[in-house]
Parts: sequence; C-alpha cells; structure tokens
Amino acid sequence: MDQHKRHRWREALLTAPSFLWLTLFFLLPTLIIFAISFKPSDPLGGVGPGWTLRTLLSLRNPNYPEIIYRTALLSFTTTVVCLALAIPIAYYIARSKPWKRDLVLFLTIIPFWTSFLIRIFAWKGVLHPDGLLKHALVFCKVIAPDTLLLYRPETVLLVMIYTELPFAILPLYAAAEKFDFSLIEAAMDLGAGRLRAFCSVFIPGISSGLLSACLMVLIPSIGSYVVPDVVGGIGSEMIGNVIAQKTFVDRNLPAASALAALLTLSMLIPLLFFLKGNKRRNQEPRPAREVV
Amino acid sequence: MEDFLWFKDITKDFGATRAVDNVSLSVRRGEIFSLLGPSGCGKTTLLRMLAGFESPDTGRIILENEDITDLPPNLRRVNTVFQNYALFPHMTVRENIAFGLKVAKKPKSVVAAEVDRMLTMIQMQDHADKRPTQISGGQKQRVAIARALVLRPNVLLLDEPLAALDLKLRQKMLLELSLIHDEVGITFIYVTHDQGEAMSVSDRIAVMNNGRIEQIGTPAEIYEAPKSSFVAAFIGDTNFFDGRITDVLDSEYCRISVPDLPDMLCFNDKKLARGEFVHLSIRPEKFQISLAPPHSGVKYNVLRGIVEDVIYQGDHTRYWVNVGADWRISISRQHTRFMLDEKPINWHDKVYISWFADDGFMLERYSEKDEELLPTPPQAVGDSDDPPAANDDDNDTTPEAES
Repeated sequence: MDQHKRHRWREALLTAPSFLWLTLFFLLPTLIIFAISFKPSDPLGGVGPGWTLRTLLSLRNPNYPEIIYRTALLSFTTTVVCLALAIPIAYYIARSKPWKRDLVLFLTIIPFWTSFLIRIFAWKGVLHPDGLLKHALVFCKVIAPDTLLLYRPETVLLVMIYTELPFAILPLYAAAEKFDFSLIEAAMDLGAGRLRAFCSVFIPGISSGLLSACLMVLIPSIGSYVVPDVVGGIGSEMIGNVIAQKTFVDRNLPAASALAALLTLSMLIPLLFFLKGNKRRNQEPRPAREVV
Repeated sequence: MEDFLWFKDITKDFGATRAVDNVSLSVRRGEIFSLLGPSGCGKTTLLRMLAGFESPDTGRIILENEDITDLPPNLRRVNTVFQNYALFPHMTVRENIAFGLKVAKKPKSVVAAEVDRMLTMIQMQDHADKRPTQISGGQKQRVAIARALVLRPNVLLLDEPLAALDLKLRQKMLLELSLIHDEVGITFIYVTHDQGEAMSVSDRIAVMNNGRIEQIGTPAEIYEAPKSSFVAAFIGDTNFFDGRITDVLDSEYCRISVPDLPDMLCFNDKKLARGEFVHLSIRPEKFQISLAPPHSGVKYNVLRGIVEDVIYQGDHTRYWVNVGADWRISISRQHTRFMLDEKPINWHDKVYISWFADDGFMLERYSEKDEELLPTPPQAVGDSDDPPAANDDDNDTTPEAES
C-alpha cells in the first residue's frame, strides 16, 4: 500500500512539468478562446465588456458554408492522397535493407531542415507563370499557354500534400516496421495474390499507424493557413485564412475566436473517437492459460 | 504408396553460401516425410522452395506430374504451417481458418461448413470467435494446422511446428499431429532439427547436413544402419572406432584391428576385403556391462575397462567406461529389473563390456568433425576422488611458474 502510494507520487512528480506546460500554454488559451467567442467586439480591436451570443450567431455568414466545404474537401483529399502515397512507401521502406531504409527515412525528413515558409515560397518559383515547369508543360502540350498553375485550389492541394506527406510516412513506417511480414507469406500460401495479401493482411496490420497518420495529416490540413495564403488565390480560401483575416484585418477577436472554437471542436470530436478506439485496442484480454 | 512429389537436382545459393546442394528426393503419397538436420542444413530452404517462397537456382520441383518450380505460392496446392504460426492477428480463429476458402471465392455455406468441420477436428469450437492473442500456443498451433488443411492441399508443409511449444505440450501435439494425419490422409512434409520429433512421427526421414542429403530411410533404418558418421552421431548417440580389417573370417564376419584395443569381430555386411579401413559405429545400448565376466559366446566381443562416470536416469543408466589408451565408451543400460537388489556398478569399478558382433555397424562415410556430435561425459565438479584433468595440469605447472 505504502509502496503503491509512493509510486503514485513519483508518477505525479514526473508528469507535473509537462502537465503544467500543457495547462498553461494549451488548455488555458483554448478555454480563453472559447470564452472570447461569447464576448462583444471592441472597435479598437480588443474585447468589449459583458457577454453576448451575437458573435456566435454571426457564424451564420452566407460565405462560410462554401469555405467550410472547401476546407473539408481539401483536407480530406490531402489526407487520402497522402495515405495512398505513404502506404506503399512505408511498405517499401520496411522491407528494404537497413542502409536503404536509413537513406529513404533520411530523405523523408530532410525537408524539415528548411523552413516551412521558405519551402512554400519555393513552390511559387516552381509553379511561376514564367517558371521552367510551366514552359516544359506547355512545350509538351500538356497545358495551354494561358493556364495558370498558381493561385488555384488545386495548387493549394498539391502544396498541402507536399507538406503533409512526411507526417503520413513516418507513423506508417513505424507501424510497418513492427509488422510481421511472414503474414503476407501466409496469405499467399493460402491462395491470396500479392494485392489481396497486401489489402487483407498488411493494411489491417498497420491500422494503428493508419489512424495516427490520418490524424497527423488531417488536423494540420484543416487548420492550414499559410499554404492557401501563399500559393492560393481568391477561390481557394480556407477557414484558417478567414480566422487570420478576422484577427489581422477586421481586428475582430471574438469573431476569430468563434471560428477557432468551431475548428477546435470539429477536431476534438474525431480525436476523442481515435483515443477511445486506441484504448480498446490496448485493453485486449490476456491469452488463455495452457491446459495440458 | 506411389511417389508423387519430386525434387530434381535442386541447388540454391544465398550469396556465397550454398544452402541446398544438388538435392534430389521423392515423396510418397500420404506419408509423413521429415527433413531433419541441424540449423543451416538447408531443410527450411527446401521447404520454402516447395511452398514457392524461394526459387531454386537449378533443378525442378514436380508435384502430381506438374512442374511447379516457377508457380507463385498462391497457385500451388501446397499449404504451410509456419514456425511462428503466422495467424492473422486482426481476424478471429474462425476468420483465420476461412481465409483461404474466401480467397478461393467458395460459396458462403461451403465456407461455414468446412470451417466448422475443421473447428471440430481441432476441438476449438468454443474458441472460434477469439483472436489469436487470446488463445494459447498449442491452440494457435492447431488453428494454423486447420487453416492450412481446410484447403485440402496435396501436401501440407510443417516448418518446425512445435519449436515454440514447451516439452510437455510438444509431446501432446506430436500425437495430435499423427492423429490428424491419419484422419485427413494428406502427405505431410515435416521440417525439424529435433531427431526425437522426426523419429516419432515420420514414415521416412531425410537427414540433411550442409545442404546435402546424408540419408533417406525409415526411422529404424536411419538409426540402426546409418550411412555416414554424421547420421550416426546426429540421430541418437554412438561410439566410433576406426580400424583396419585384418581378417575376413567367412562370408559374413571380419576381424577389425583398432589401435590400442583388442581385435573386434564385426558383421561384414558391406563385403569389405582384408586391409581396408573401416569406421565402426556402436550404439550405447548395444553394450552389456557387468562386474563378472560375461557368458561369452562365439560372436561376442569383450573388453575390460574402468568406469569413469555414472549418470543414473531412472529407466536407464549412462556409463562412461575407459577401456585403455583413453578410449572412452558410452554405454547405456536399461533397468528392466528391479535395480536396488543387484550390486550397483560404481565409479572406478573394473567392468567387462561386451557386444554382439552383429550390433556394430560399419559406416560408408566418415568425417572426423562429426565426432563433435558425440556425447561427452560431464566434467566432474568438486569430486575429490576424481579431479578433472584441467586441475591436474594446473597443479603441475604452478610450481614451475613460481620457481
């Protein structure tokens, strides 16, 4: 009993710093944002006194449904494409020889050595109307000379996929590395072709990695603001841009907070489902005892 | 039983090492055929080539008059029980067994009926909806067997199927395997490094070493008439004597001269001529050991020696007898009579050992390094009567080192 108590104490002591940090810099700000959504705005860009539901009601802006739809569509497509690209890559890395595995993993994380913003600006150069890529595509008659590669929703999608892909590869690789590849042999031994073995044994085998890859891509995608801001145009605005606009241009903090709260909640709900699913997975009953 | 599966001149290299070296063998329909050998002898590679996971560098594999060498695993009517079971963790026991049938697009009713039949056979009806993590090792083993058998393969491959189980369970599963084999009548190919397992389940055994087949035969043939010193030493225990034939007595017997020992009489089944070198293998249980001189018959060999070690094991006792010139002979004696009534044979006793001339077996092939497989007497620990040789050396050298 005494030992149990001491154990609990040590646990509390060890988690205290991170608990404090998260409370101070994540939980409290989030709660403040929720609170500000119920405040009136102040013409000077601050928060007015008293409480109101007006800001929340202002979320029924006729422009929002389209932006929310676009945000959801772009994030969802980004997630699907990233997973579709990352699953074969993770499979390939996990099956490679150690030196090759290290090399590909290294290449995967190398973009992180350059600033996120610089990498996105680099895309502007790549897709520039006078850029090499544009000229090459026009020369090959893939696109017409007056096609714009930049400032379109498709451009935002492309760059979002580019920025999020490593976040899909890494958790999928971690799951694939633990995967027992003799299961694929077993499936083929039982008559399954390569594709069937891949789909019905490998994919379920890395399901935990799939879930985390999904979240790792989906959450930042929904909140993305820099990418549509830099390479997107008028028709590719996302919620993140609206929040930024409310904060910096309209100087309406309550409206920005209300949108941010909406975004947070829409993320929190799938996350809770994910955590619940994970918990259930970890609580599998222990194996039966051998009876000889 | 007819042959229906052939390996023809199979060779396989992994980099610089030759895993399988020009192996040819045939398997009969319905038998349990074992591939037995130490790790790295090529037995698993041979099995994986039959399953389709490896392809031979040269040679062909013929099953039911069809060359399957280049077929992918999913098109071969061969199924495998993997060493680690390789059950699909995200499927229940029932789904695992049904997997192959579903892939083959069998109607739902057929799948259900076949899976139920298998569940009954392996007595796992009550556990059908559990996941592999929720069942024990022996149960996993049975599910793995059922999952492979439900497809009614031409051959069932078992890759060290019992290696992950403890001893008691292994014996139980061994019996169960034989029963399942009798029930389904499918040919089993059983890969193991455990000679006991192979001897007890197999109709025939191929003993492998260094990628080659040393001998193929029934368990009794392999034990009693080993073709090489490797087989003799790997299957059970034995004693080797190397000598030269000094006399061919009549058409059946010869006299062998072994350095430092009296001449031995031996059955000359190989019809060897005078002057030829021979290697004689005599199993420990073929010797009689006694304190009194044995009733020596005509065809008996008798040696005198001193007991150096005794290991009592209940049903039998293992003796190591020094018969002079550092020839240490391992003898095993069954206790078929109540033992406490007789005068026990102890350390340092002078004993007679004898064996029938027919019980020695002359080997066709012999290599010195196979002697490493021979049993060695345990080192005496803390036995003041019989200090180990290493201690003697120490005592001798210490004064020299000091002076």
